[in-house]
Amino acid sequence: MSATVVDKTQEEGLHEPHPKKNYLTADHTIKSWLLTVDHKRIAVLYLISTTFFFFLGSIAAAFIRAELTNPMGTLLTSETYNKMFSAHGIIMVFFFLVAVIPGVLGNFLLPIMVGARDLAFPRLNLLSWYVFMAGGTCFVIALMMGGVDAGWTFYTPLSSLYSNTPITLALVGVFFAGFASIFTGLNFIATVHKMRAPGMTWFRMPLFVWGQYATGVIMILGTPVIAITLLMVAIERMFKIGIFSPELGGDPVLFQHLFWFYSHPAVYIMLLPGMAVISELMACFSRRPVFGYKFVAFSSIGIAALSFLVWGHHMFVSSQSVLQGIVFSLISFLVAVPSAIKVFNWALTMWKGSVHFTTPMIYALGFLGLFVVGGLTGLYLAAIDTDVHLTGTYFVVAHFHYVMVGGTIMAFLGGLHFWWPKMFGRMYSEFWGKLSAIIVFVGFNFTFFPQFILGYLGMPRRYHYYYFAPEWQVYHVLSSAGSTVLGIGFLMPAFYLTASLINGKRAGRNPWGAKGLEWEHADSPPVTLNFDKPVVVTGPVYDYDAEKDSEMIRAGQRLVDMVKGEEEK
Amino acid sequence: MSSHESTHPDAPVVYEQFEDIGQQQETYVLGMWSFLVNETMFFAPLFFVYGLYTWKHHADFYLAHALLDWRIGGINTFILLMSSFAVALSVHYAQKGRTRAQLNCLWFTIACAAAFIWIKLQFEWIPKISHGVFPNPEFIQNYPHYAMEHGVPAADPYKARLYYSLYFAITGLHALHVAIGIIVFLALIYLIKKKSSLITDYIPTEMVGLYWHFVDLVWIFLYPLFYLMPRP
Amino acid sequence: MNFPLMPPQASEHAVAYDALFWTITALTVIFTLIVGVMIYGFAVKYKRGSSADRRNAQSHNEKLEVLLLVVPTVLGLAIFAWSAVNFTSVRTPKKDEMELFVIGKRWMWHVQHMNGIRENNEMHVPVGQPIRLTMISQDVIHAMYLPAFRAQYHVVPGRYTSLHFTPTKPGTYKLLCGIHCGTQHSEMVGFVHVLSQQDFDEWLESGGNRYTKADRSMEQVGADLWKEKGCGNCHQGTDNNRAPSLNGIFNTQRTMTDGSTVLANEDYLRESILRPWDRISAGYENTMQAYANSLSEEQVLSLIAYIKSTGSGATPGQGEYEQPVRDGRALDSSSKSTIDIANDRASAGASQAKELTN
Repeated sequence: MSATVVDKTQEEGLHEPHPKKNYLTADHTIKSWLLTVDHKRIAVLYLISTTFFFFLGSIAAAFIRAELTNPMGTLLTSETYNKMFSAHGIIMVFFFLVAVIPGVLGNFLLPIMVGARDLAFPRLNLLSWYVFMAGGTCFVIALMMGGVDAGWTFYTPLSSLYSNTPITLALVGVFFAGFASIFTGLNFIATVHKMRAPGMTWFRMPLFVWGQYATGVIMILGTPVIAITLLMVAIERMFKIGIFSPELGGDPVLFQHLFWFYSHPAVYIMLLPGMAVISELMACFSRRPVFGYKFVAFSSIGIAALSFLVWGHHMFVSSQSVLQGIVFSLISFLVAVPSAIKVFNWALTMWKGSVHFTTPMIYALGFLGLFVVGGLTGLYLAAIDTDVHLTGTYFVVAHFHYVMVGGTIMAFLGGLHFWWPKMFGRMYSEFWGKLSAIIVFVGFNFTFFPQFILGYLGMPRRYHYYYFAPEWQVYHVLSSAGSTVLGIGFLMPAFYLTASLINGKRAGRNPWGAKGLEWEHADSPPVTLNFDKPVVVTGPVYDYDAEKDSEMIRAGQRLVDMVKGEEEK
Repeated sequence: MSSHESTHPDAPVVYEQFEDIGQQQETYVLGMWSFLVNETMFFAPLFFVYGLYTWKHHADFYLAHALLDWRIGGINTFILLMSSFAVALSVHYAQKGRTRAQLNCLWFTIACAAAFIWIKLQFEWIPKISHGVFPNPEFIQNYPHYAMEHGVPAADPYKARLYYSLYFAITGLHALHVAIGIIVFLALIYLIKKKSSLITDYIPTEMVGLYWHFVDLVWIFLYPLFYLMPRP
Repeated sequence: MNFPLMPPQASEHAVAYDALFWTITALTVIFTLIVGVMIYGFAVKYKRGSSADRRNAQSHNEKLEVLLLVVPTVLGLAIFAWSAVNFTSVRTPKKDEMELFVIGKRWMWHVQHMNGIRENNEMHVPVGQPIRLTMISQDVIHAMYLPAFRAQYHVVPGRYTSLHFTPTKPGTYKLLCGIHCGTQHSEMVGFVHVLSQQDFDEWLESGGNRYTKADRSMEQVGADLWKEKGCGNCHQGTDNNRAPSLNGIFNTQRTMTDGSTVLANEDYLRESILRPWDRISAGYENTMQAYANSLSEEQVLSLIAYIKSTGSGATPGQGEYEQPVRDGRALDSSSKSTIDIANDRASAGASQAKELTN
């Protein structure tokens, strides 16, 4: 993106004799972090807390995978196993996936990308983090009280009447986390609508912003529904009032309707920000504008709108009528179309581009591959008939891990590696970065591909034992082995990224040669109010020139060849 | 870029993330509207559940609803409508800069809100709760007696419990909003009186007003749904 | 090491199911390949510094986008239509279904045959015979999952649901629980034994092999309960001023005190036994005792079986299995079963859906 103000002297931050203060060095007290209203610092707080929850959830996953290597389940009791998968699901969904990209990358980048000095409501943003932490604390306390065993879906009447675990506390935790997400959504919507810099028209916004905006809309429309629904379950547990429990005159399936009315759109709360990141990565490292910008932008909005109309596809066999099921199935097929458009457009972005194989790009290409598989296996589950056999099996588990891990986490890691130099001003080791990206990709496929087959064979999810089907063990062992590799892949960035903070090469303003306000107009790391001068946008978004970019390399190569030729003579 | 400091004490404070006062005001109002959309979705499942069970157990809900006094609900409706009118007036006065009249309107609103809660507690909740007619394990035993005392035929106590659970949940959530409204109004009055730099124009009043109209609107739906149920 | 790739294919629906399943799999592979080749091809050809021709690069192409919009939509709708047809046919009850009753409880499956044989975590069915499971849960939601038949349906407390399948191959297949139902969810496992007709008859003859011979059919159990609870004191052979007669009441339209009409299906009968105040027939007072706390789900099912066996000149079953089993049912000439009629009423749409299959 070109702009009227270009400050050449700041192209390379390291030449400055007196490094000016950035948002990290502005103040060093603990208080200045805990009471900050700077969106960038709040993003860092979110980064730390979501990383913590990710590792907490991963530990639970490790126990699950270790347990399933044996058909008899020798490590854990059934009760502990149930608590493990519940903890894994609840933490990963409500305290990691929903919060991670909006909370970290969205908070950090959205204001900079639209040329604003901060989000619209900075104090609300800080409150969002505190509410998130309050929710997380509630859930961690519930874990310490023994953990909950109703699964992340909290189906009634199991959760409302039968379970003897601290479910009420867990529900309150999720309720709080929901509010964190609502506040983030409000901030994004107001910022995108009203805080764009002069010249930043809707169609000059990076697609990252479009994605976050669509996410914000889902957050404020969907999250309150789950919040109040879970509150009803909590009230039902405490006062035995019978909204969802048949013994008390309620309807257990009603809960599922309300739950999935949020939880299906929540899939897109987790996925749309990831897609948003991928658009940026594909454009930058192909040195091309994202192919079919408007189609990609509107597909985000289309997904957001349609996502509210498909919740019934989680309930094809839960006693809804045949017609109801068929209608939900039809709409579910329609919601697949915008995702297909995005995938093809990302791939076409590389067409006549100048493709750089950097760490973020490898993550992005990995995302594309995994998301295609994740999305297409969604067809089995959207098709009402094939879903009957597969629903509630490992096929579903594999499918949503392909979308959530292969989609969201790959995108998050790609985005984190892409903007890491912007966030902390340091480069990490490209070697370790590429290695981790490849290990994650390989380990992921080994972990989750066997689960598709397991599901088709009929392995129900949340089963602790499978002594009745020892022939399934081979896939479980494969999957557990893969998860070890995957775990190593996830651990590596924690080390080399942290190391880069200490000994990483200084990044300078624009280490990738990328376009965009955050690269061209903000320091690395940015100053407290993001820009030194007000930004005015004059050019189109993604103003890359692939031909020039490649020609530079070719010229360099010719020079080398020439020198070599001279030497040979 | 720090906030656009101004020497004039009455000049509006523009926060550092905003370019000018116009942008700030627009953003605040948009944020408030988004929040109200969110609030609507917050109440929506409760209304949905209530509507569903009313449809399913209409006869019992009709009998259960006979214990609610439509006159008290009506008075409360009137009180809330008055308060909404007062808030609208206070926004008007705030735009005109007539602070005194604005404050009077706000005090009147608070009085209405307090009256609403007092009536609700005094004539509706406390009598019911003291007779054990609220979601609790003894409801099944208590409810028929309470109905008999009031000379009303009792509904199936299980359905009545569902009705009163939803009644307390929804009106309780609404009353919580009213109570929050009182706190916000008091804070607003305090800041206005202190001539706080936070309040230099009508926008804070307008935002609180939007919130209050929403709370009022929720009640406008609640009242007929709970108090004026049609005969099955 | 053995890498199984398919579950046994042991029902009529399983064949139709797998055709669709593998078609979608083919589509998945094709599209993954297309995208994979695109990514790989572009990445190699347009690697930075390569000498590929980068002139006239397009950054948008509406015609292409429309193509990308239309092709997946059309393919998706085709898959959708196919799957909707399959689903409708599997949810539509067949003629001459043999009805089994299933009660899910934490953590076991209880199966009851019409002639009174009871099984736990096992189910014996004859090959080639359309089966209908009428299911209810006693506590939380379970799901009856029969992978070899590609059949699954939730077993919900408080309402009857149904599952239909026609086994085609003798053998023993898994019976699993598809919804997390608490601590021992993974032990809620059983087997379906599909027997040849001859074996099945022998199995019936011996009263279910390992179990004691069923001395009474479900209807007889229900009839005894009827006597024990004194139902007949009020519900007599003809309507009287205390209560309506229940003879032949099943699947008839009843008028309620509030003027609405209700179909007296299994769900209605169950509710009326457990919580009679809910829907009182027109012209009667709310005087019946509620049995919500004094009857188990098994007993309610037996009572319903007995009520179904009355009227229409049918005699209660005599403890021996006859084909078809539904000889005692008021409406056994109808191919539609009760729950689906209820579903029809709820959605008014199953009949339309059914037309899809014809």
